[in-house]
Amino acid sequence: MIHLILFSIFGIVCVAGAVNLLVQRHPINSALSLVVVMGSLAAEYMLLGAEFVAAIQVIVYAGAVMVLFIFVIMLLNAGEEEQTRGSRVAQLFGIPGMLIGSALVAWVLVAHSGTQAVPAGALPGPPKTIGWLLFHDYLLPFEITSVLVLIAIMGAVVLASPAQAIQQSKKER
Amino acid sequence: MTPNLHLWLIPVLPLIGAAVNGLFGRRFTRQTVAAIALGFSGAAFAMASWVAVRFPSLTTPYQESLAQWIRAGNFRADFAFYLDQLSLVMLLVVTGVGFLIHIYSVGYMAEEGGFYRFFSYLNLFMFFMLTLVLANNYLLMFIGWEGVGLASYLLIGFWFTRDSAASAGKKAFIVNRIGDFGFLIALFLLIKHFGSLNFAQVFPTIASMSPETQGVGLLTSIALLLTLGACGKSAQIPLYVWLPDAMEGPTPVSALIHAATMVTAGVYMIARSHVIFDRAPGALTAVAIIGTLTALFAATIGIAQTDIKKVLAYSTISQLGYMFLGCGVAAYSAGIFHLMTHAFFKGLLFLAAGSVIHAVGGEQDMRKMGGLRTKIPWTFWTMTAATLAIAGIPPFAGFFSKDEVLWQAYSSPHGSWIYWLVGVITAFITSFYMFRLWFLTFFGEYRGANAEENGQAEHARHGHGGIHESPRVMVVPLVILAVLSVIGGWVGYHNNFENFLAPVFRTGVAVSAEAAQAVGSTQPHPEAGSTESLLMGISIAAALAGFLLAWLLYHRRPELPKRIALALNGLYVAVLNKYYVDELYAILFVKPLIDGSSRLLWRGIDQHVIDATVDNGAEGARRVSDTVRHMQSGNIRSYAGWVAAGAAAIIVYMVWIGVR
Amino acid sequence: MVPLSYYLVLSAILFTCGVAGFLIKRNIISIFLSIELMLNGVNLSFVAFAAQWKAFSGQVFVFFVMVVAAAEAAVGLAIIIAVFRTRETLNVDRVNLLKL
Repeated sequence: MIHLILFSIFGIVCVAGAVNLLVQRHPINSALSLVVVMGSLAAEYMLLGAEFVAAIQVIVYAGAVMVLFIFVIMLLNAGEEEQTRGSRVAQLFGIPGMLIGSALVAWVLVAHSGTQAVPAGALPGPPKTIGWLLFHDYLLPFEITSVLVLIAIMGAVVLASPAQAIQQSKKER
Repeated sequence: MTPNLHLWLIPVLPLIGAAVNGLFGRRFTRQTVAAIALGFSGAAFAMASWVAVRFPSLTTPYQESLAQWIRAGNFRADFAFYLDQLSLVMLLVVTGVGFLIHIYSVGYMAEEGGFYRFFSYLNLFMFFMLTLVLANNYLLMFIGWEGVGLASYLLIGFWFTRDSAASAGKKAFIVNRIGDFGFLIALFLLIKHFGSLNFAQVFPTIASMSPETQGVGLLTSIALLLTLGACGKSAQIPLYVWLPDAMEGPTPVSALIHAATMVTAGVYMIARSHVIFDRAPGALTAVAIIGTLTALFAATIGIAQTDIKKVLAYSTISQLGYMFLGCGVAAYSAGIFHLMTHAFFKGLLFLAAGSVIHAVGGEQDMRKMGGLRTKIPWTFWTMTAATLAIAGIPPFAGFFSKDEVLWQAYSSPHGSWIYWLVGVITAFITSFYMFRLWFLTFFGEYRGANAEENGQAEHARHGHGGIHESPRVMVVPLVILAVLSVIGGWVGYHNNFENFLAPVFRTGVAVSAEAAQAVGSTQPHPEAGSTESLLMGISIAAALAGFLLAWLLYHRRPELPKRIALALNGLYVAVLNKYYVDELYAILFVKPLIDGSSRLLWRGIDQHVIDATVDNGAEGARRVSDTVRHMQSGNIRSYAGWVAAGAAAIIVYMVWIGVR
Repeated sequence: MVPLSYYLVLSAILFTCGVAGFLIKRNIISIFLSIELMLNGVNLSFVAFAAQWKAFSGQVFVFFVMVVAAAEAAVGLAIIIAVFRTRETLNVDRVNLLKL
């Protein structure tokens, strides 16, 4: 019972945050809504018994990625969106397509995945199990993702640096 | 045990000569080129002579295989050679006369450009002709057949920068092709019904079949198609039109190819296929009729021609008609006999005509010649020998062979007095126009312009002043051929020649007993037979009458021909223009073909179908890409839209798969 | 007890909102935020299934998704900064140099 109530509360907060993200015009508002969504998602993870993931969600996702977003928004300071003409393709195909797709997915998920209840805190075992999986079965993806992060860092540095800086570093070679 | 004669060397030696001269001749001196060409063709002649010497010790037919060629299921055709008396005769004629003409050409073409090319082509021709003669199966013979057609085209169009020469070469090749079509269909029929093209397999099979006296059966069809092929190659009606035009080529080419050897390939082929013809009386009749008609027809055209080479060309067509007549009454040895003597005297006639043309600095119109008797004596005397031979005056060669043909035309079971009568009339006309040529060229006053003023024809830059005899290298072959023209017929004495060839034609002798007796296997028919002597006398009389008429019209009363021509105006003009046959063919066949081809094939199919397909394909691709490129709009949100749509489609598809 | 399907529906709703934002928004950064929203929705789905099948691999996968999202966000924002420098605008419709 409590489980259901808590799920509903956080679920509504999630959806509200998502809808708010769509509705708001200024990107900073959208970013903050997204933070709210992430926070409530973390609560949902807790309800599912994935405490480690919930912690990671808050620390990494809401705490680092979203902060980065907000830094950039504030740096660029672009202001509210203008009303410009969009793409007809997006209106014609994208939205209906998306609606239909997601409705279909939802229907399938609901129809076929059973109405088994997922108990709260269902997963047994400490984060140690995750660590074990990470470094044994999924070692290769783990290492690759670390390389990916390195690449991302380098790419971000290069892409975001001012053009003269790049040329200067080339001249110094 | 049969010794290995290495027959393959005989065709291959000239081939090597052709290759060497063709590939490297441009860098050689003329002497080297001539030496190579003469060396290889002389070697072929020497080998042929050696084979002839060893011939009596062979069992005939002698076959020799060089290499495997085609094995397709049960069908076999190899590079293999076949030697019997018939091949031996052809071999000696081709290599001997060919070699003499090679020698002559060294002198005749001495001042011409493309010297090495000429000799390369000549040797190439020898190779193909020898392959044709020595082949042991129809397919290899066909290769030689086609090859001599090719060599003929190359040599007729030797001076290819001249439009008329190039066209003449094309005409020869194309008309030959029509004959080849018939030949090919005959080959297909042979393969289909007998499974092989080897002489040694086909002929014994056919020999066991009975003659087709009713209607047109298989053998008659094959024989008629072979006749079509022979008509193309041997310039008979209706495919003779290429031969007069072929005079555009150099005179030695006319002598070798269009007198002595290539045009006789058709006669040889009919003689070789006598097994088939003996059992197809309808085809034999067709051959005889074609031969007779052609002989008469061409002879009448020859009366009015003014170009010395054209007269000889029509004379060749006419004499080939005689050979066809001989074969058409199943007197194959008579036909081959005439072939041999014709090679001698016609080859000599052409070479001597070349000598005359050379002497007068390139003029070929007889009306501008005359009185050359004293100025070019060697040419005169040799040409006289040849003229007497062709007119059929004893004891020259032509008399024996022509008389044999006429006698067989009369007396053979396939013959008839009509053939004989037309043959005699043609002999009269032949004698007439040949002596006309003789008188116009060598007697009377010289009517030509000075040699240096001639701007046309073969070697205008030749102007060493005045009319001069040809160099020795040209005269010696003339003399040799003249000697042969005199004595060449004596092998026919006491039917020696016929007996020599008898084993070849015996296997095909007709089945019925009386036919066997009449066509004459090994018994010599009585020469003292009164009918034969009578007919012989009549043909001699015809020849002499022709001589007298020519003497009258062209020596005694030279103003008469013009008046006769005016009196017979329409007829004369028709004959002068060769009965407008070329024009008729042009209207009937050539123009519709060219028009149809350009309208249908070129514009209709090539431009509107093939080109249009390609062009429209490209145009279509362009239009499609023009439409699709709007997807790349540079508008990021449309990209987003497309991505979402695509993702939705994929998800739907996967879900659908999963649900199924 | 909450049935699994509820979690999945929630995930679907989040995903749908993310796609909608991706298509509707004109600000580049807002579009990026929508992408992050989509990723989050998917993460929820993973964890829900992990809980149902009692498999930890689902959570490990969430881990990886997060790493990728972080890397992608970093690079994407760097690109946005570079674009902003030249075009002086964050409006997606203005960044259309390839337009016909």
